[in-house]
Order: sequence, then structure tokens, then C-alpha cells
Amino acid sequence: MSATQVIVDAELEAPPVVASPPRLRRFHPGVILSGLIVAFLIVAAVLPSWVTSRDPLAIDISHSLQPPSLSHLLGTDQSGRDLYARIVYGARLSLLIGIGATALSMTIAIAFGVVAGLSGRLVDGAINRFIEVLFSFPVLLLALLFVTVFGPSATTEIVAVGIGTAPGYARMVRGQVLAVRGSGYVEAANALGHSYLRVVRRHILPNAMRPLVVVVTLGVGQSIVWASGMSFLGLGVAPPSPEWGALLDAGRNYVTGAWWLEVLPGVAIVAFAMSVTSIGRYVRQRLEGGLRDDR
Amino acid sequence: MTVDLSGGGNLLRVDNLRVGFGHRKAPKPVVNGVSFSLTGGKCLAIVGESGSGKSVTARTLVGLTGGRSHVTADRLEFNGRSVLGLGDRQWRGLRGKEIGFILQDALVSLDQLRPVGAEIAEALRLHGWGTRAERREKVIDLLTQVGVPNPELRARQLPHELSGGLRQRALIASAIALDPSLIIADEPTTALDVTVQAQVLDLLDETKRRGKALILISHDLAVVARMADEVAVMRGGEIVEHGDADDVLYRPRHEYTQALLDAIPSTHSKGTKLSHTSRPALTIKPRSAARGPVIKADGLVKRYHGPDGITRTVVEDVSFELNAGETLGVVGESGSGKTTTARIVLALADPEEGQVLLNGEPWTAASPKARRGRRRQITVVYQDPLSSFDPRWSVRSIVADALPRDSYPSAALRGERVRELLGQVGLEEEHLDRRPLQLSGGQRQRVAIARALAPEPSVIVCDEPVSALDVSIQAQVLDLLTDLQSELGLSYLFISHDLGVIHHMSDRVLVMKDGRVVESGTADAVFHQPREEYTRQLLAALPRLDRSESLTTDHGRLL
Repeated sequence: MSATQVIVDAELEAPPVVASPPRLRRFHPGVILSGLIVAFLIVAAVLPSWVTSRDPLAIDISHSLQPPSLSHLLGTDQSGRDLYARIVYGARLSLLIGIGATALSMTIAIAFGVVAGLSGRLVDGAINRFIEVLFSFPVLLLALLFVTVFGPSATTEIVAVGIGTAPGYARMVRGQVLAVRGSGYVEAANALGHSYLRVVRRHILPNAMRPLVVVVTLGVGQSIVWASGMSFLGLGVAPPSPEWGALLDAGRNYVTGAWWLEVLPGVAIVAFAMSVTSIGRYVRQRLEGGLRDDR
Repeated sequence: MTVDLSGGGNLLRVDNLRVGFGHRKAPKPVVNGVSFSLTGGKCLAIVGESGSGKSVTARTLVGLTGGRSHVTADRLEFNGRSVLGLGDRQWRGLRGKEIGFILQDALVSLDQLRPVGAEIAEALRLHGWGTRAERREKVIDLLTQVGVPNPELRARQLPHELSGGLRQRALIASAIALDPSLIIADEPTTALDVTVQAQVLDLLDETKRRGKALILISHDLAVVARMADEVAVMRGGEIVEHGDADDVLYRPRHEYTQALLDAIPSTHSKGTKLSHTSRPALTIKPRSAARGPVIKADGLVKRYHGPDGITRTVVEDVSFELNAGETLGVVGESGSGKTTTARIVLALADPEEGQVLLNGEPWTAASPKARRGRRRQITVVYQDPLSSFDPRWSVRSIVADALPRDSYPSAALRGERVRELLGQVGLEEEHLDRRPLQLSGGQRQRVAIARALAPEPSVIVCDEPVSALDVSIQAQVLDLLTDLQSELGLSYLFISHDLGVIHHMSDRVLVMKDGRVVESGTADAVFHQPREEYTRQLLAALPRLDRSESLTTDHGRLL
């Protein structure tokens, strides 16, 4: 018997453990900062003109490669375009790619994972082998394939990253479904005579999906990093349109003289990915803190 | 309360021990001024329910209370030397060498990936004992000493390859490896079957006879009665009664000790209430005569075909009848096929041969679809209610979910019925919106019972429903089940490994061993005039605490 359990059961049949997980009621500066960053980037993505008055495509050769200053907060690129405006306008594409790829990947993963988890050995085995085959293709290889077939575009990036990251999630979903399917409460529901569909709908799906909430938030950040990587390699969005990965790629040639072109879009990617991840972790603690036995 | 029964020459002396957890400034007290002392060759038993502070007290004596604890005492002396405020390193020097510590579950306390022999040798090595070859010899010697057959082979096996009893003995071997003068055993037999428990207790008794001091932590008063010279009863971090074992167990002065003793189901408790608290008065009527079988199991066989091609028969030719309003107890050790039988009766597992009739109609032989509509006639209460509840759901939804839709079509009707059911099992309005994790063990089992009642079944299968509960909570739950049976005319198929519980609850009893029914009959016949050797062994292995004069004959005060 652990010491915590002793505390928890401190009296006879009495005070039930009111599940107020520690750590969570407190002030979380990291989570609040992350929230602000994400909120800002979402505003930037939806209404970029609210956060900058400049045109991200306006060329001004006389002010090319300016370091960050009051007139150009984050400096300018080789054509004199305002980097701040480009990052703000780039948020829309980057976020769209991140969220789109995650949504696609989750849809595929849930479809395959749930079917595999609920089916018998035969179907489960077949899906598993298929997932393993997908697994053996590196995401970038898939991306190359799609770019060759469809040409580089945001849609291609979404599809490539979405399919590329799906197998990992599919495995996770399948594992969750299997675990929940074998749980005591599913047996209890079966013993009550509930129909198969009702048990799947009311117990198996919600409980198997619970951990996905967090994985989704982690996935969005991850997808943006993937997509940026593709753009950086020239497999993504075509150059003039601002996208974070493409910005990195464009800044590559000037990295010795104009560090801001390389560093600042990178900071945007890292800040967004980290913020979403830390919010995801917080959400998980909140969700599971009340549901998990913390002994 | 300090009772120094041993005079001078104490091996262990504890005065006003206090242990708290949490923040330094306001630690949550768990042990509140406990004092006792112990000499060699004696056994002190500390009894109490979960949360009484007995385990924390034991852990304090081996320096294992953990980082968040605050230990203070006027005196905490072992072998004439203060051990208060020792560092981790100093404790490691004492632990194993001078104080042996035995935990409840050997499976979690032994390293899963290391042969048990290596584990025991490690205990010796840590204290610089002997050479490699000498240690190997000593390990075999120790295993022989604790009665492990074929020690050379066993020493090479991993913990999961050993049975529970052998594992526990291996753990004891590692605890006594360096011949410590004090052994602390925290619920050493709780996870074991009665016959194995008897062997382990014999072993501990033996170390005591060799002049070692023993502190036994247990919630099982019968085990304590067998082993202890002195008993300390703990509640809420304090010792409420402390004295000679016979005095405490047979002439208790404190009402809490009395209540604990009363709560133990046994031969003589039948037809009486075990708990003092109760629901609004219900008279316990003598059960009505049988009105025909609600369950008829005929020649059930269940085999498992392992991946290695080995087929194990877990249930073999099991037949029984359960009559209306009756309780049929199924008792047996782990692996005897009790739970598999229950799952077949619930039609959650299909028998390979034989069939079960439910209310006179084919049940296991019916199609799954046909069974679904009739499942409300038979419900189940599990040992671990927590895992049988969807963790996201509130008590309200858990119980409402079990209500048949055709009888309770509207949400309002269902809500009303849920309240009624919760009242019936002794829960309050405030529990409606709690989640399972926010309930205590007893409350959870009450919710499980409410859920089992919701479909208005004729039979409830109770699979070890009180095994995870403290004795006083167990008493309340058993009383509740008895009350509900007489009110609602329910039949119970009651499974337990606890012979006392089975005798208390059952009208008739099946004794199972290795998948077969070895003996069946009325509870009194099986318990008082067992015909089969195995039943006699089970009963003899059971440590008893019987305060009636009639039985204190051949087994001395133990029986």
C-alpha cells in the first residue's frame, strides 16, 4: 500500500477522494503565453490585415535586406518585402496545412484503427500489414511521390503529410480500441444486454478517442514542421506566396548577411509548434487528471 | 496508549511516533503519536483498516516513508540506537541486514526480469556477504529453509514462473537472508489462497521461534489471532487498543475493536447483521422455501486452447441448480474455475459442452440475439467495481444506462428510478453526479449493486464482491445484499475465496478445485461435516477467530 493511498483512504468509508488533481488549479504562465501566441497566430491567419497594414507581396527594392527596425519590425527580404507581414500572411497557409494535414491523417487513422480494433483476426491482420507497409515509407518519400504526380502546392503538402503521418496514429487508435474493448465496463455493458452498436458508440469510441484530443494538438504542430520542411526543400508552396517553410527556404541564400530572414520564420514555426504542444499537454492533464487514478 | 509488556532489553522502542505527508508547514497527519516496543521472539500485530496508518507505521521502521513525509518521535530506537532521521544510505545499511521487510505482493516486489535466486543473492551482495560461490550456496540453503521444493531449479526461474506461494516464500527468503533480528511483514498473505497462506504463516512462525522479532501488519484478525503475542489496533493514525493478543481479540475493551470483530463473517454470524450501521430497518425474514430453479447448469465444460497447442480444462463437468430466493456459494482457491463458471452462467463465455437454463429456458444454447433480450434477468457485481464503470460517466448515467428502455421510456422516469435505486443501496442524492473515482470503495460497490438491480433481475452473479473491501465495509455490503435478497426475492450465485463470507451468505455451497465441483451441499453440512478431504484441508488451513466455546477444541484457540 503506497503512502498516497493511505492518505487518500484516510477514513472509513468516508470522504470520497474528490478528484482535484494537484498542479492544475494553479497559475500556468507557460500555458497562458502559449494561448496568447496561438490566439495571435489564429487572428493573423483569419484576418491578417488586423495585425499588419503592410502588403506581404509589395516589392520595395530600395529597402531590400533591411535588418529589424522600427519601420520594418522584423526587417525586409531581398526584394524589400516586409518580413513581419510575410510571416503574418504566411500563418494562414501554414496553419491551414498543419490543421488540414492533421485532420486528414486523423480521419484515415480513426477509420483504419477503429475498423482494425473492432474486427476479427483476419481484417485486423490485413489492416495491420497495410499500416506496416505505409510505415516503411518515409514521409518525405511519399511527399516526393505526390509532388511528382500533382505538382507542388499546399494541397499536395496536406495530402502528403496527412497520409505520411497517418499510420502511427492508426496504430495508436487500434491499440486504444483494443484496450477499451477488453475493459471491464464494456463487459459490464454486454452483460446488461446492450446492443453491439450501442456499446461501440457509447463506450468504445468515446474512450478510445479520449487520448486523441492531445495527439491532435501535438499533431498540428508536428504537421507544420513537416510541411515547412517540405517547403524548405522546394516541394511545397510556390515561392512568392508566403509560407513559413518557404520563407526559410528563401532566406537560406542570405543567411550570412541577413540572419533575420532565416531565424525569424523559424522562430514562428517553433513558437507555434511549442505553444500548441504545451496547450495539448495541459488539456491532457485536465482531462485525465479527473479520470485517472493518480495512485 | 503505551503498554510495555516486555520490560527492558527492547529490540525496538517507539515513543510518540508521528508521520505526516505533504507540505512541511501543514503536513497531513497519518500516524498520530504511536508508541510500542518489541523484544526478540515476539510478534506484534498491527491491525486496522485502509487508511488507519498501519502500513505507514511499518514503513517508518524501515525508512521507506518517502520524500514527502515528515517523521517525528520522542524516541525511535532499534537495538539501542536511534534511527530517527537516518539518511537513505544509513537505512540501506540497516534494511535487509538487521531489519527484513516483506511486502504483500511478491510479484510487484520482485524484479520481473531477474531469476529469484539472483534477487536473493543481490540482498546478500549489497551487504558484502561472502563470495559469489558462497552466496550461490547460501541462496539454495535459504530457499530450502523457506520450504521451496527443488531449490536449484527454482532459483533459476523468474518470478512469474513461480506460483504465488512460492514467490512469497522467495521474498521471505530474501528478507531473512542476512538473518535480521526484526522482520516486518506488511500483509504478507493477503494475496494468497488459504492453504498457501497457512504455509507462509508457518514459515513466519518458525523465524519467530528462532528468536526473531516480528511485526505483522494485517487487516485479517484471524491471521493475527494465529500469529501474534501482542496486538495493536490502529484507527485514524492512533492505537486505540493495545495489549496481549488474547485480551484484545477475545476480550476487547474498545468498541472499535469489538466492531471489527463483529464484522467478520463466520459460522455463527449467519442470519445476523454484521455491521452496526444500517439502512432504514428491514426485518430479515427467513428465506422462503425453494420455488424451482432459476438457474440450472448441466455438465459445463470449458477448455482453453493455448497457442502452444496445450489445452487446459478450466471447468470440467460442473452442474448445479440455483433456486429462487436462494444463495448458492461457490468457493475455491484461485484457478479453481469459479470465475469461468460465473462467466458461462452470465453467457459471457460459451461452454464447450453442457448448457445453462435460465428460468427454465435454454440460455447458453440460445442465439446471442435471443440472449440479449433476456439479459436483464441475470446481472453481475464484480470484485473491482471501478474497472466495470466507464470512467467518464457519472453515477447517474451508470445506473440509468442499466434501466430497461421499455419500462422507463422517458428521462424523467429513469431519473426517478435511479434515485430510488440509489436510496435502496444506501447512497445519497449527492452521489448522483460523482464519477466512480470520486467514490470510496464501499460506495463504488453500492453503485455496482444499484446497477445490477436496475434491470430487475431474478439472479445476480456476485463475483468476489467484497474481496477488495475492508472488513467493516465488507460487513455493510454483505448486509445490504442480504437485505435486498429478502426484500426483492433475488437469487445469488455468490463466488468467493473467503470461506467465512461464503458460509455467512450461502444456503448451499459448491466447493471447486481444478475446475471440478468436489463437494456440494447445504452450507452447514459442508462447513460442519465436510465429506471430502479437500474441503477438510481448506477448512483446516483457514485461520479462525471463533469466540464461541463450542469449537475451541482440537485446534486450540485458533479454531
